[in-house]
Amino acid sequence: MATVAAVIASTHHPFYYRASTSTGADRPPFADEWVAKIEAFRATLTRARPDVLVMVGSDHFHQLWLDNMPQFLVGKAPFFDANWYNEEREFGLPRMRLAGQEELAGYLLREGLDSGFDLAFSNELRIDHSVTCPIITLRPEADLPIVPVYTNIFAPPLPRPARFVELGRALRRMVEAWPSDQRVAIIGTGHLSLELGGPRQFGPHGPDPEFDRKAVSWIADGDVEGCLAEVTLDSLHSPGNATHGFMDFMLMMGAAGDGVQADYTDTLDLFHTMEAYFTWYPSPAVDGDPA
Amino acid sequence: MSKYLLDKFLYTVDRDPELVERYRSDPAGTVEWWEGEMANSILNCVAAEKSTWLAFTDSERSALRSHDHVALFGLGAHPFLTLTLFIAMFERDHGPLEYQLAYARAMEHITMPYPDIAT
Repeated sequence: MATVAAVIASTHHPFYYRASTSTGADRPPFADEWVAKIEAFRATLTRARPDVLVMVGSDHFHQLWLDNMPQFLVGKAPFFDANWYNEEREFGLPRMRLAGQEELAGYLLREGLDSGFDLAFSNELRIDHSVTCPIITLRPEADLPIVPVYTNIFAPPLPRPARFVELGRALRRMVEAWPSDQRVAIIGTGHLSLELGGPRQFGPHGPDPEFDRKAVSWIADGDVEGCLAEVTLDSLHSPGNATHGFMDFMLMMGAAGDGVQADYTDTLDLFHTMEAYFTWYPSPAVDGDPA
Repeated sequence: MSKYLLDKFLYTVDRDPELVERYRSDPAGTVEWWEGEMANSILNCVAAEKSTWLAFTDSERSALRSHDHVALFGLGAHPFLTLTLFIAMFERDHGPLEYQLAYARAMEHITMPYPDIAT
């Protein structure tokens, strides 16, 4: 059976690439600290020695549109081209191409369908910054095959938070049951409090630092129950109008396991958002693996 | 109300570099052309397989013609689509983050709950 080598949850800040690669007067004052934190975070994936990455993210109205909107979708293709003109334009993100892991994608689709998740699929998916940002931060070589899993946190009606947690638990179970000797890292990205296109956007911190503090605590402690007790589709409007992206963190809490503390937690208070980075090592150490 | 059509306008313009420039320089003409030629085209279908029923309301058409992001927010247009397109059109005329902060300030009077964006 496959090994879940790491479960990783992260914010996906599209400005990281430009901040980390800019020089001289263009380099923002927070760039060095941000890069140092990302490099430490990256090491938590490297030491897990993954062979394949399951990448949970959300299309930002790029390929998925309101005339045909899936709630949960698995990409099953030999390759995924990545990043879009408007991400190049606004964030300076590079065009990328990642290999797909079709066997695992097919397995997740079959097992998901058989266990109560009517997963949509795509055989030609151009992925966006919700997947490429964590590739850039965690695996900039972009050398591992991926299985993208898209969630709808963007276009209501949305699945409820508990459904995200359940899908995370199911992904974990399915990967562990995959008949393969591969080491799989399950990586998902979302947001803490976030406002986009509203009056609270681009403030000196995230729009709701108190929510962010609680959210980091829920995730780091694996407090699925406490999180589900407070977070609803309605409640997520209050911390900021794009905060439903937090449900992808809840999905990752489901993948990490109820009550399981993160092995690595870090945050960075930036203008506009609180960045947050978490890693769990579900499997016992193998071959001197520090995990 | 046709929030879906507002979103469709923002979505289809934002993803096309030529349309971004055209909407920036000639908003009224672009909206008129788009509503006449594009509003009823089904994305991913050939041109002959069009819809027949999509049209803006007067207030929607007016908000788009006047580049009024506050009005679009009030009408329930998806804030991410509006923001992304308006940054593409107007950030270039301002210093770093100036446009984004002015965009927010223009909405300071808006209180929770925000308009429903469900389509």
